Amino acid sequence: MMADIATYVLTALGLVFFVAGTVGLLRFPDTFSRLHALTKADNLGLGFIALGLAFQAESWAQLAMLALIWALALLAAGTVAQLVARAALAGLQEDE
Amino acid sequence: MTLALDLALCALIVCVSLATVAGGGIFRAIIFFITYGLFLAIGWARLGAFDVALAEAAIGAGLTGVLLLAAHGRLRRMRTKAVVQRTGLNLPAALAATAMTGALGWAWFALPAPSVPDLSQSIAQTGVGNPVTAVLLNFRAWDTLLESIVLLAALLGVWMLAREEDWNTPLGPRYHALSGGVLVGFGRLLPPVGLIFGAYLVWAGAESVGGAFQGGTVLAAVGLVALMANVLPAPSISQAGLRIALVLGPGVFLCTGLLAAALGSDFLSIAPEVAKAMILTIEIALSISIAVTLALLVLGPPVDTQGAP
Repeated sequence: MMADIATYVLTALGLVFFVAGTVGLLRFPDTFSRLHALTKADNLGLGFIALGLAFQAESWAQLAMLALIWALALLAAGTVAQLVARAALAGLQEDE
Repeated sequence: MTLALDLALCALIVCVSLATVAGGGIFRAIIFFITYGLFLAIGWARLGAFDVALAEAAIGAGLTGVLLLAAHGRLRRMRTKAVVQRTGLNLPAALAATAMTGALGWAWFALPAPSVPDLSQSIAQTGVGNPVTAVLLNFRAWDTLLESIVLLAALLGVWMLAREEDWNTPLGPRYHALSGGVLVGFGRLLPPVGLIFGAYLVWAGAESVGGAFQGGTVLAAVGLVALMANVLPAPSISQAGLRIALVLGPGVFLCTGLLAAALGSDFLSIAPEVAKAMILTIEIALSISIAVTLALLVLGPPVDTQGAP
């Protein structure tokens, strides 16, 4: 029962971060601030959702897999954000 | 609650597929196509077809998406703006696709339900516990053998686009990765995890979700990341190891089939006593070939970028 409540609260919190990240992606003016909104908010959101699901895990192996999913998504999102930002910066300098 | 989830998923799949074909530029279509593949994978997972879901996510969305992005990048570098910018409704293609979908839908309802023999009792004799692997590598091994050869033929077709004098230049575009930059760090961090995960998918395919195609695609992606980060040197066609890796899967598959025929049973038949060992051998050889073939397909034909006009 306590575990279910923790799951509800944490996944709801995660969804709030996802909504915030998506609003930022749609509303922010340029590539860099959009990237900022997307990666920061979504990484936190995914972390909260993984944490919420962890309360439903039946074994340590499932916990480890949830942690691995979050870690890999974090690594990929961080790297891709840097690469997109660099490509956008190169595009800006080309225009000038 | 689950009905609402499924309805939302179906609506998303339809909307994203419409957005894919509705125009607005090739790049946008590719991004929507990748998204479409990921939603389809979730759909397959909801239906309980986890093997198909993995294959759709890895090959349908991931690999096909990368192939399309690579083609788009090549078109842009060639400055073929006139070709790339042609958008709007292509009426003949739309009519043909709609007619094809309609005919398939009609056939689904018009044809009598096939009488499928119940094979669930025979799974125990196939050597593997995963029914999908049992079908792919035992009951219908012919299909899988030909699929692996088709993949090789596709790569040969891509290589035929190369010019004679470019044949020995390293494959793929020259990637610029800042030494000590994020991409190099990513290229060093990801491969160990990816290698374990790809090998696990191949090994687990015998008993649960996974298989040579899913595992091979993950391994191909790992190789491509390492190449883009300049952690691995660019391969070239003249490398003997590369060529051996390409034909290893179909070769081992064919040899086991011929061996069975030579020992007096049918071509590609597998005796229950040795089934598990044989299927695992074929799967491992196949996944190596699939990984190398898919990665080379993404890299494209050898092109001398220095000498290009």
